[in-house]
Amino acid sequence: MPQSTVRPVDHDPQAPSLSVERLSVHFNGSEALRDVTFRLPAGQRLAVVGPNGAGKTTLFNVLAGAQRPHDGTVRIFGHPPGGDTCIAYVPQRSRIDPAFPASAAEVVMMGRIREIGPLRWPGRRDWQVVRGALDRVGLADQAGRPIGELSGGQQQRVFLAQALAQEAELILLDEPLTGLDFPSQQALFEILDNLRAAGVTELVATHDLNLAAERFDAVMLLNHRLVAFGRPADVLTRDHLVRAYGGHVHVLPEGDLLILTDTCCEGDEADA
Amino acid sequence: MNAWLAWLAEPFTYPFMLRGLAAALTVGVVCPVLGAYVVLRGMAFFGDALAHIILPGVVAAFLLGWPLVSGALIVGVLAALAVGAISRRSTIKEDTAIGVVFAGCFALGIALLSSRRGYAVDLSHILFGNLLGVSPSDVLLIAGLGLLALLTVVAFYKEFLVLSFDPLLALTLRLPVHRLQNLMLILLAVVIVASIQAVGVALVLAMLITPAAAASLLTRRLPMMMLVGAGIGALSAVVGLYLSYYTNLASGPAIVLTATAAFAVAFVVRRIRRRVA
Repeated sequence: MPQSTVRPVDHDPQAPSLSVERLSVHFNGSEALRDVTFRLPAGQRLAVVGPNGAGKTTLFNVLAGAQRPHDGTVRIFGHPPGGDTCIAYVPQRSRIDPAFPASAAEVVMMGRIREIGPLRWPGRRDWQVVRGALDRVGLADQAGRPIGELSGGQQQRVFLAQALAQEAELILLDEPLTGLDFPSQQALFEILDNLRAAGVTELVATHDLNLAAERFDAVMLLNHRLVAFGRPADVLTRDHLVRAYGGHVHVLPEGDLLILTDTCCEGDEADA
Repeated sequence: MNAWLAWLAEPFTYPFMLRGLAAALTVGVVCPVLGAYVVLRGMAFFGDALAHIILPGVVAAFLLGWPLVSGALIVGVLAALAVGAISRRSTIKEDTAIGVVFAGCFALGIALLSSRRGYAVDLSHILFGNLLGVSPSDVLLIAGLGLLALLTVVAFYKEFLVLSFDPLLALTLRLPVHRLQNLMLILLAVVIVASIQAVGVALVLAMLITPAAAASLLTRRLPMMMLVGAGIGALSAVVGLYLSYYTNLASGPAIVLTATAAFAVAFVVRRIRRRVA
């Protein structure tokens, strides 16, 4: 892990929010990512799609500054990762202990502790920010509930409120849609739409190709290497999907139906 | 009524019982506060290992005639840092690495002690505590260490909270994750050392996690978990001492058994609450 002493850095306004060049990452002796290059302008929403173990989480870990690349460069608003608090990393649900003794408001407050600074306690203004953030994700009335008692969709929204309290400009969401019903997914996208309109860049790892096609500005198809990157319609082609998913794609003879049989998560089946 | 009061007051007419009570109360209050983080971060095995790892320090201090706490503190802090470093820099799984260090240090401590005559008595004091042998200067030292640990937890409350909730969040907030982790390990060593005379190396773990685990069943916010845990720890200290005085049980195990009973009660209360809700 990199040493984490932070100085506030001025963003280069000309730089793209995310610029990755020839990124290679080794993980447990094998190559998790190989020669990945892409650029993402600010205020865009990118779907990161690929089979299990394709390196999606590894990519997020590198962008968040939690894992070092073996080769290549990553620039976030023109800076290397790990130096600034402008990235929020919304965790996969499995990363969080559902019995953790903290309320929704306290979890949101966690996003502000760097702002509050060491040896200080949250003040009135901080709690105002927290209330405002919970309000923006529609959970003002749930502020006092323990995080573990909220539904999966509400928990995701609490973490988005945390990112708001952190004043994040780039948000990484790892499988936020997995296990959510349709209304919860829609509620989440409504918040993400508002954030994007405010200039926040969003990277979302997902298995849901339908949502990737419909609700994202750009799609990255990943299988250790970058299979395709660009507008959803250009990326989600039969040819690309076969290359990314290999034997897990079944093409039905009639029509253009593709069926993915990637084994882990809900939302695996998709037509394109 | 008067007989009842006399029954309650009698043990503490002896100064050594009063000193024992002071030491046990301090340990009972401080351990669960830090123990809340141990429970939340799943560090129970590590806490137990650390308690055994510091044994050679305790023994060396004992043989040199230093206060037990001083030598143990040095080894405790060194060992905490060493284990942290080993677990980060080795391909061996963390619990295995801890196990190797833990068993080796514990053996070294016993080996050092076994060179002395009367070794069985000394060993039992170190393993299970010697609350009634606490000297006035020990009480001061235990209280000082306990206060230091409490103040540090208060000072770094929100950083430790984030570290326990999600280390990756701590990282993206660019908190000094390693230094905070090391600080928590050092605090753990300090608290363990402060507890050795009360409950001994073998039972420190119980004071760290049992009241905190009981409190986690009854509360839903970390500050309350710490407060209730400290209450259960203090209650265990007092009840355990009475139990020890009136039934001739060894004091350390009596305190730990009381805490275990409190955990069992909390467990049942939680189940009933769930069924009612």
